[in-house]
Amino acid sequence: MQYAPQLYSAALRMTRNQADAEDLVQDTYLRAYRGFGGYTEGTNLRAWLFRILTNAFINTYRSRQRRPTETDLADIEDLYLYRRLGSLEALTANRSAEDQLMDLLTDDEVKDALEGLPENFRLPVLLADVEGFSYKEIAEMLDIPIGTVMSRLHRGRKAMQKALYEYAHARGLAGHAAGPTAHTDETRHG
Amino acid sequence: MDDCNETLRELETFLDGELTDDSLTTIRQHLEACPDCYQAFDFQAELKAVIAAKCRHDEMPPGLLSRIEQCFHTDLDGDGRIG
Repeated sequence: MQYAPQLYSAALRMTRNQADAEDLVQDTYLRAYRGFGGYTEGTNLRAWLFRILTNAFINTYRSRQRRPTETDLADIEDLYLYRRLGSLEALTANRSAEDQLMDLLTDDEVKDALEGLPENFRLPVLLADVEGFSYKEIAEMLDIPIGTVMSRLHRGRKAMQKALYEYAHARGLAGHAAGPTAHTDETRHG
Repeated sequence: MDDCNETLRELETFLDGELTDDSLTTIRQHLEACPDCYQAFDFQAELKAVIAAKCRHDEMPPGLLSRIEQCFHTDLDGDGRIG
């Protein structure tokens, strides 16, 4: 059961609570054990297990979730976080953006930002950005066209970046000068 | 400028490793020549790595693994088969 920790983390992001995540992982192994969906020796075992996990979540646990499953997201500009935090790298020389983002954003904030996405955006982002599956694999797992995977990733990622910026901003860690509304106000008063 | 817009449009497919070889070469050539686009791509790549790093490694509840193993030895629904 080498994939159990990965499946459990993904199950937590899907169900957003420990009890359902435990049930979901157990259910996944049970379905796998019974040969659900037929695993072919030599093919990608991890992808097969994640497909079972995703199916089990969609078919069983989704109905328990309070939020609606299909939701749209507000339009958010491209490169949302980069336009606000990209200059951090220039300000503090010798530190990579990765090091700074690792420090700037807490584990809980990143998890909350992902878990806060509506399910139709959360699953593609989780499967691509955390689990590293290809568009084709995600399209098969979610039974949606590749074009839909791409557009949901695009919009889901932007929404996640906005949430991350708001968390960092609330803690006073990201400069407030970048807020577009503040600019508008200044212009109006000036 | 056109090149920058076209490059930025492919940012996600590039970072997701889903570009065709031809587009990949075009994007790489532009990134080598354009520090602005390179910086945006670099930030996005690192953000992706940070998100992945921070959304893994949840501690598994004690007992979950042994409960799963238990299932493999039990006829849970009484249909005469294990599991």
